[in-house]
Amino acid sequence: MSRPMHTLDGNEAVATIAYQVNDVAAIYPITPSSPMGEFMDQWAAEGRKNMWGNIPQVVEMQSEAGAAGAVHGALQAGALTTTFTASQGLMLMLPNMYKIAGELTPTVFHVSARSLAIHALSIFGDHSDVMAARTTGFALLASASVQEAMDFALIAQSATLKSRVPFLHFFDGFRTSHEVVKIEMLTDEDIRTMIDEEYVRAHRERALNPDKPVIRGTAQNPDVYFQGREACNPYYLACPTIVQEYMDRFARITGRQYHLFDYIGAPDAEQILILMGSGCEAVTETIEYLVNRGEKVGAIKVRLYRPFDTKALLKAIPTSVKKIAVLDRCKESGAPGEPLYLDIVNAFNEAYSNGDIQVMPKIIGGRYGLSSKEFTPAMIKGVLDELSKDKPKNHFTVGIKDDVANTSIDYDPNFSTEDPSVVRAVFYGLGSDGTVGANKNSIKIIGEDTPNYAQGYFVYDSKKSGSMTVSHLRFGPKEIHSNYLITRANFVACHQFSFIEKYDILKLAENNAIFLLNTPYGPDEVWNYLPRTTQKRIIDKKIKFYVIDAVKVAREAGMGGRINTIMQTCFFAISGILPREEAIQAIKESIKKTYGKRGETIVQKNWQAVDMTLDHLYEVKVPEQVTSSFDFAPPVPEEAPDFVKNILGKIITGEGDELSVSQLPADGTFPTGTTKWEKRNIGLEIPVWDPEVCIQCGKCVMVCPHAVIRAKIYDPKYLEKAPPTFKSTEPKWKEFKHLRYTLQVSPEDCTGCGLCYEVCIAKSKKEVKNRGVTMQLQAPLRETERENWNFFESIPYFNRSEVNLNLVKDIQLLQPLFEFSGACAGCGETPYVKLMSQLFGDRALVANATGCSSIYGGNLPTTPWTTNAEGKGPAWCNSLFEDNAEFGMGMRVAIDTQLSYAQYLLKQLETHIGTELVTSILTADQTTEEGIQNQRKRISILKQKLSSLNNPQAKELLYVADVLVKRSVWVLGGDGWAYDIGYGGLDHVIASNRDINILVMDTEVYSNTGGQCSKATPRAAVAKFAAGGKPAPKKDLALMAMTYGTCYVAKVAMGANDAQTIKAFREAEAYPGPSLIIAYCHCIAHGYNLIMGLEQQKKAVATGHWQLMRFNPALLNEGKNPLQLDSKAPSLALQEYVYNETRYKMLSLSNPTVAKMLLDEAQKDIRMRWKLYEYLASMSCDELQSEMKNIQSAVTENQTQ
Amino acid sequence: MVELTTNYLGIKLKNPLVVSPSPLCDNIDNIKRMEERGASAVVLHSLFEEQITLLSNELDNNLSYGTESFAEAITYFPELSDFRMGPEAYLEHIHKAKQSVSIPIMGSLNGVSKGGWIEYAKKIQQAGADALELNIYFIPTDPNMTSDYVSNMYVDLVKEIRKEVTIPLAVKIGPYFSSLPNVAKRLAEAGANALVFFNRFYQPDFDLDNLEVTPHINLSSSNTLLLRLRWVAILYGKINIDFAITGGVHTAEDVVKSMMAGAKVAMMTSALLKYGIPHLSTILKKLEQWLAEHEYDSIEVMQGSMSQKSVTEPTAFERANYMHALTRYTAGS
Repeated sequence: MSRPMHTLDGNEAVATIAYQVNDVAAIYPITPSSPMGEFMDQWAAEGRKNMWGNIPQVVEMQSEAGAAGAVHGALQAGALTTTFTASQGLMLMLPNMYKIAGELTPTVFHVSARSLAIHALSIFGDHSDVMAARTTGFALLASASVQEAMDFALIAQSATLKSRVPFLHFFDGFRTSHEVVKIEMLTDEDIRTMIDEEYVRAHRERALNPDKPVIRGTAQNPDVYFQGREACNPYYLACPTIVQEYMDRFARITGRQYHLFDYIGAPDAEQILILMGSGCEAVTETIEYLVNRGEKVGAIKVRLYRPFDTKALLKAIPTSVKKIAVLDRCKESGAPGEPLYLDIVNAFNEAYSNGDIQVMPKIIGGRYGLSSKEFTPAMIKGVLDELSKDKPKNHFTVGIKDDVANTSIDYDPNFSTEDPSVVRAVFYGLGSDGTVGANKNSIKIIGEDTPNYAQGYFVYDSKKSGSMTVSHLRFGPKEIHSNYLITRANFVACHQFSFIEKYDILKLAENNAIFLLNTPYGPDEVWNYLPRTTQKRIIDKKIKFYVIDAVKVAREAGMGGRINTIMQTCFFAISGILPREEAIQAIKESIKKTYGKRGETIVQKNWQAVDMTLDHLYEVKVPEQVTSSFDFAPPVPEEAPDFVKNILGKIITGEGDELSVSQLPADGTFPTGTTKWEKRNIGLEIPVWDPEVCIQCGKCVMVCPHAVIRAKIYDPKYLEKAPPTFKSTEPKWKEFKHLRYTLQVSPEDCTGCGLCYEVCIAKSKKEVKNRGVTMQLQAPLRETERENWNFFESIPYFNRSEVNLNLVKDIQLLQPLFEFSGACAGCGETPYVKLMSQLFGDRALVANATGCSSIYGGNLPTTPWTTNAEGKGPAWCNSLFEDNAEFGMGMRVAIDTQLSYAQYLLKQLETHIGTELVTSILTADQTTEEGIQNQRKRISILKQKLSSLNNPQAKELLYVADVLVKRSVWVLGGDGWAYDIGYGGLDHVIASNRDINILVMDTEVYSNTGGQCSKATPRAAVAKFAAGGKPAPKKDLALMAMTYGTCYVAKVAMGANDAQTIKAFREAEAYPGPSLIIAYCHCIAHGYNLIMGLEQQKKAVATGHWQLMRFNPALLNEGKNPLQLDSKAPSLALQEYVYNETRYKMLSLSNPTVAKMLLDEAQKDIRMRWKLYEYLASMSCDELQSEMKNIQSAVTENQTQ
Repeated sequence: MVELTTNYLGIKLKNPLVVSPSPLCDNIDNIKRMEERGASAVVLHSLFEEQITLLSNELDNNLSYGTESFAEAITYFPELSDFRMGPEAYLEHIHKAKQSVSIPIMGSLNGVSKGGWIEYAKKIQQAGADALELNIYFIPTDPNMTSDYVSNMYVDLVKEIRKEVTIPLAVKIGPYFSSLPNVAKRLAEAGANALVFFNRFYQPDFDLDNLEVTPHINLSSSNTLLLRLRWVAILYGKINIDFAITGGVHTAEDVVKSMMAGAKVAMMTSALLKYGIPHLSTILKKLEQWLAEHEYDSIEVMQGSMSQKSVTEPTAFERANYMHALTRYTAGS
């Protein structure tokens, strides 16, 4: 039977099966598994049916722990149920996994295996997570490729039903989950043949049912718990046989035969490797290559890792084997070896002890591929070479240089097994230009319109704005096992000309390769714009060189900056994989398929771009000599610190793999303030200040998401050495008229988002389009403004104690201690983070929940938290996603303890230090900037005194004295954390009465993982997991927090009222108990041009969707109602706000009836909420307290029920 | 009993009161109420090709923006199976309207490109519209663009569409032509069955507080009618085509004036937005009363009775008339 061949990624392949064979999926987003849940949700929304003709229920939970609980419940109630997760998500599921296994409940959890957050978070793939789940009692089944991921998803489902052992089916995150490959699809008939209905019925029969009730989950005592625990043994013993039975049945259907342990290689191999996961593919390719050259090598691919079938393992290994290297894709610190290695050693040891084998092979273990570190044939050959030594290194590492514990082994990086019949193409694109999307389409065209096998893998940047993508495409007549990045490309395309200046784009090109460059320069002039190295590579490697001005073609075709289809057409035309006409037809069909539903206009303009392309494509006549006098620009300036130059600089240029172990911190601690060295030059336009028009209001400084526009007031003496184009003017502060004012932009850090221009209210009287700041092209200004910025940086910031911290105008004078982050251009979150850093950063500890803010705040290579001239600044740490409030509370408790200890020691040492100083320190007023500065001076004097005292208590005090200056603890995170996964902890912390400041940056969606629905998502908005529009209203977190009566609560929207935002931040920090600020943040996931973000914030407030309010319990002491409404009654219809955003509009375009119904409901929500708040705000202090108690009891009662 | 019927676009209408495009026509219940209150036909709101294009581009940009850039968020929105981006919703609306009422339903199309016009015009016909009203509005801003070029563009557009659709075709234009009579004649020759005088659009206004340009539109009043009366009166009988007046029809007297100038129908929007749909029956009743009081047997009798060719002083419709009126106004004030 022939099956359809489709080109898809691992996540889609797995979801396709999971959807068919389940009744329920309980899900929660986490990279890289989120797309599986999203597919399930989408298909359910479309009404697709599973193999029993039912539409599965897909429910999003508040956390992975919640998802696992829901899975457990659904299984107990008789539904076939699944979930998808990875990394910390799997860790949160562990408790339930023990329960599910203990109750012998069939289910399959599909896991895209990912690194755990340890010394650092990583979203990429390894087996740290699944190995941590190996004690749960789940069977562990490992897929090595996209094809296997689909096949094993089905085999796991069949086996779990019969064996009653729950399965964790895993495949490597990104390498398999996101690799796009042509595979043979399983059909509905295949699925029916593999799923035995009798076991499905048996599962349903075991369901909890009041008609024949049982109880499970009893509590047991020492007398029987142990025996009960052993009672499951027969099921585990039977499980491997059952898996093999289904693997055999699968082979009869599809022809693909799998075994619990699959051996590949020479039948008389003497050296073998043992591993599992995607590394098996590269091993397959390498072993085939070596065996063809007569080497006696082989490999075991572990399929079923738990329950571990020793006999099956031994049976699979040729008796000729003398040496084994076991490769683990994880690290277990402190263990005698990694898990798979220990299991293999144990298997042979048992066999030897039992007399099943007479000779023990030599077994070594090693680690590879952590966090998707490349695992190439060169490394595999290196392991085999190591193994062949008399004394091979045990507990080795491969793929890195370990110059600390010397675990690493050497390998020859030039060893390659790339098949010459395979076309290998590498594309460098800018995130926003559509390169990856077009390449995915190209792979699908090649995979589905030609007999070729095809593979696509995509490497993304760690920055969210101005990011570089690298697409690796392979296609050829044979099945492709090369699941590692291309190291020898015969086609290289650079879609962004600016990359040429920075990166060695042709490093990967092999001899006679083709190079396609998108450039504004024509074939006769482009040569002189290439760096020396690039010119040399083109000449030395005899590269055929083509150019196109794709930007021009895109502009003429009405495509804006999207050059994707143009470059795609060039690729097909040059590569010749299909006849030109056929290729163009295929591209057009693919465009129709991809963009058709967005309207005919989109299809037509893309088609037009395709038609115009070939007339603009030119081959360059390559000169014989290198002529350029310049080469790649250094990644960071020469004056950068050594760590930045030698370590971070390497990462910036894409050479991080070359860093050795000794060059990296052992505990994940990095210096702050490093973004300032990475000049990314991604803004096409930057704001230019016009001192004549500017009114110095400071709004532009306040809203700038990347802190690139700053203001200073300073003594005119500093202007003596000013560059000729440096601008200054008289300050518009009457008390500072004798000083000078400058508004300066950092041209190379600006992303060109334009928020500063939009917020500017000062318009030129001659031409209103010119404002206090006006956007102009960056390139011509880069040099002069760089000089001006550097000079500006040399001028000291204004004295903080002379600034009125209540005024937007004055806040602009404070140094931001959060700058040049990797956030999206126009980000709505970072202005709040920056404001916090300006106001309190020099004495702040920051606990940051995982999410957007931890990524733009802490992702390598460079990080934005920085210090002031005194070296003081925010100290930042990210713990997890779910525990951030508790993490921050821990910081607070530690500081409080240290503070009380310091105060105790001060009193103890009073006679040595002096009563006056002790008293002044203990009674210091630190409510103002001046008070804090004075306390700093006192502590400095104290430390001097303590240093001269030879007293143990003095030494103790010296170490804790710093906390006598008021510390500000800030807990930062998004709505996914605060409303969902971290809500329990948040609730606990705001009830604690501890002095903790919580800033919730509410984008109303899980932004970092790509826009999944949270409980902050408003009714009527479309989000992932709410594809049909969210039917329930947004949770009112502010109201819930207010019910305690002891928590400061504010809702702010900087774009609507910046003064209220400042007031809320200052009140929150001053309030001695817990404070919660919920900040409206416009977001890329809302679907509109973020230049309108501030305007949308105004509309959100004007419609009443986002009420501005402050609830300050401190006012209770004054007998006042603590609730103040800071916005007026709704004055704008909700639709005037929501339909500017794609998240709402797309529902009105896909399902207008539901959209209207939900919009009406959302409008009612607003009316009701406004009335409630208005009612609460109008009460007397006593009435309000009583009403809050009533609400709290109602909430508690509701929660109890 | 007064005979109110009129013949417009070759369709016999029960009276000359036609509802012209407005947001009221978006709702089928409103259309039913219009019929109940006496409307003889309804022209649906315009299908704006430009708006469809804009919406498509916006959706495409916003769904694509930021995607495939960052490993954790490769996309930001769920992949919905379908969007009603094109004219589908509009065509469905025509179909529903046709099913709901027995009076003629006319589609309206506002486009900018030949391709789009023709495609959408055909679809409107297929959806069952009794007639099609083309709403053409073009603001030339290029000093090199001649008036001939602009008028040719209008004429070519009508010719192209005439080739593709068989239902009656009305063309709604503005008054800003160097020679409106010549343009009207050429549009008639190009295949238009009626001319609708005149379209009204948003005008840019200045917000002096924020120094911004803001779109502005006022509801029409009976004064708005005068420009329409003049041009219908001038052209009536000179060009073999039906005329419709839209803009400024608020009272029964306005309807009578429109008919006397030579229009076959008087179209209303602002009055309905201002007074509600029941205003239709009020006007109709008053119209019957007026006709009865003034002893007119039918509407058709009065159509064109005060057109330029039918009055004793044809120059009253020409420039001198304006001067004269102004002089008299000044003298009397």
